[in-house]
Amino acid sequence: MDLSIFLIQCLNSLQYGLLLFLVAMGLTLIFGIMGVINLAHGSFYMIGAYMAYALSPIVANAFGGGFFSVLVVGLVLAVILGYFLEWAFFSFLYDRDHLQQVLMTYGLILVFEELRSLLVGDDVHGVQPPDFLAGVIPLGDVMTYPVYRLFISAVCLLLALGMYYIFTRTRLGMMIRAGSTNREMVQSLGIDIKLLYRIVFAAGVALAAFAGMISAPVSTVYPGMGSQVLIICFVVVVIGGIGSIRGAFLAAMLIGFVDTFGKVLLPEAAGVLVYVLMALILLWKPDGLFKTS
Amino acid sequence: MDKLFSGKFLFIGLVFTGLALYPLVASNYGLDLVAKIMIYAILAMSLELLVGSTGLICFGQAAFFGIGAYMAVMLSPESDSANLLWLLPAAILAAAAYALFVGALSLRTKGVYFIMVTLAFAQMAYYVVHDTKLGGGTDGIYLYFKPVLGSVIDLNDAKVFYFFTWVFLVWTFIFLAMLLRSHFGRVLAGIRINEQRMRASGFSTYPYKLAAFTTSGGIAGLAGFLFAVKDGFVNPEMMSWHLSGALLIMIILGGLGHLRGAIIGAFAFVFLQEFFKSSEIFGAFSKHWQLGLGFTIIACVALLPKGLVGLPEVLRKRLDGSRPRDAQVVLK
Repeated sequence: MDLSIFLIQCLNSLQYGLLLFLVAMGLTLIFGIMGVINLAHGSFYMIGAYMAYALSPIVANAFGGGFFSVLVVGLVLAVILGYFLEWAFFSFLYDRDHLQQVLMTYGLILVFEELRSLLVGDDVHGVQPPDFLAGVIPLGDVMTYPVYRLFISAVCLLLALGMYYIFTRTRLGMMIRAGSTNREMVQSLGIDIKLLYRIVFAAGVALAAFAGMISAPVSTVYPGMGSQVLIICFVVVVIGGIGSIRGAFLAAMLIGFVDTFGKVLLPEAAGVLVYVLMALILLWKPDGLFKTS
Repeated sequence: MDKLFSGKFLFIGLVFTGLALYPLVASNYGLDLVAKIMIYAILAMSLELLVGSTGLICFGQAAFFGIGAYMAVMLSPESDSANLLWLLPAAILAAAAYALFVGALSLRTKGVYFIMVTLAFAQMAYYVVHDTKLGGGTDGIYLYFKPVLGSVIDLNDAKVFYFFTWVFLVWTFIFLAMLLRSHFGRVLAGIRINEQRMRASGFSTYPYKLAAFTTSGGIAGLAGFLFAVKDGFVNPEMMSWHLSGALLIMIILGGLGHLRGAIIGAFAFVFLQEFFKSSEIFGAFSKHWQLGLGFTIIACVALLPKGLVGLPEVLRKRLDGSRPRDAQVVLK
């Protein structure tokens, strides 16, 4: 493997890892703070990707905007969706057994898959990146690298930093962290935990949908894309330690590199590598890399 | 209590009798479908032993199922029928052996981490048969000659196979019901409720959990064996996490903590699928069968906190609102 291929694979790993982190961050928040094992999280990613495809003609008509207007509109819709879902389907489940929530989110997956099929159809679609990001930059003499992939990495990195800031430096972040440690105590201090949960859930949905939207131009939009990303995100969350943003970041990077380089170096064993990695890490550290509560 | 006890067994007795009589009226399609559901019911009961009875949520049950199935096919000679007497135990032992290995390692972790480690080991088994020559790759392998036991049992006959499966369904139910009522089962229940306290009262919980895990894997292997013989065909999808997930859904839907919940859940899940898929009832909309299934599942969660097993209790409460039974529910 010469240097430029190595560099390109590194960039690919970075981009994949950062994207995983974006989806997994929402999952680990909902998981760690609300205790909900949200199987429908992959569906939110899928919904995001389909929004990037389906909204672009509508948004272009209404506002005359391009890709970024679609991102903004999609993000707003995702927040509304998350807020509504928490209210309608989860708010009465917190006192019940966790597995009841699993069943609920499984039902939601089926519903979202079919609604998607009814509204947009079952075809595979491509989404065009915006013109000024469609180019490539040269790497070495013959290699090139698409600008849009770099853009994804940059956006994910910015969002990660933003979330880290909110989480560790703001009052809201403080309340969220406290809420994940002791729900009753936070409630008795006069914080509206229900509202807090709703915000966290909406943020989680928005992050997953946003990841779906920005990855649509590189991954194409297809049915079943949600379930593929779901399991790998659970792997990320669990390796990192449930509820830990830092852990999720490290785990996502690890998975990104192991998966990408696995596909290049050991194509026969690429699928299994991620799971071997997870099993080894969890046998070594049974609570993930960064144990929280 | 006595009344409840007998009611439970009356119900399960009726179900088993009904299943035994079903071939008298069944079409070929119906026979095949119900045989398939009975196999799922065995598999769901094996998972119930872990999830509902011991509190270990295993997300890799499909691997043991798949290993049982692959063993049935791979150990059969290519041009002759294998003898049931050794092929069936071999399939069960292979699945149990993998379960012993997985359990020994994964039981070091707890809670969600345990869920994910069992998933990881299941995915490893999946990729071994999916990506290597060993298991025939994505195409799977055919079983050309179904196993026989002399001239007594010939599983090529659909009805014989149906009763063969029925016997194992009943056997699994009785075996697990007795197991859960034994000393061993009581310890498992104790582990589910409070493992710390079990340890404090002098039980080394790890061997108990490992034994439960291995037993469960063996029974899942039995189900896999039956499935492979039924279709004469195995493919990697039998080990995919979708099946492990669907199994969890079945037992939650049926009602955790009850063996009959696993059977009810398996039947309800497959029947609901078939119902929403049937084009006679839904016409062109049957293409979107998942929508109906999804909403039914959501309604079940909202209305039946204890799963389908709790349905009679909910109905009784509706009919007669002021029974002392309500107080019990609130207290819990």
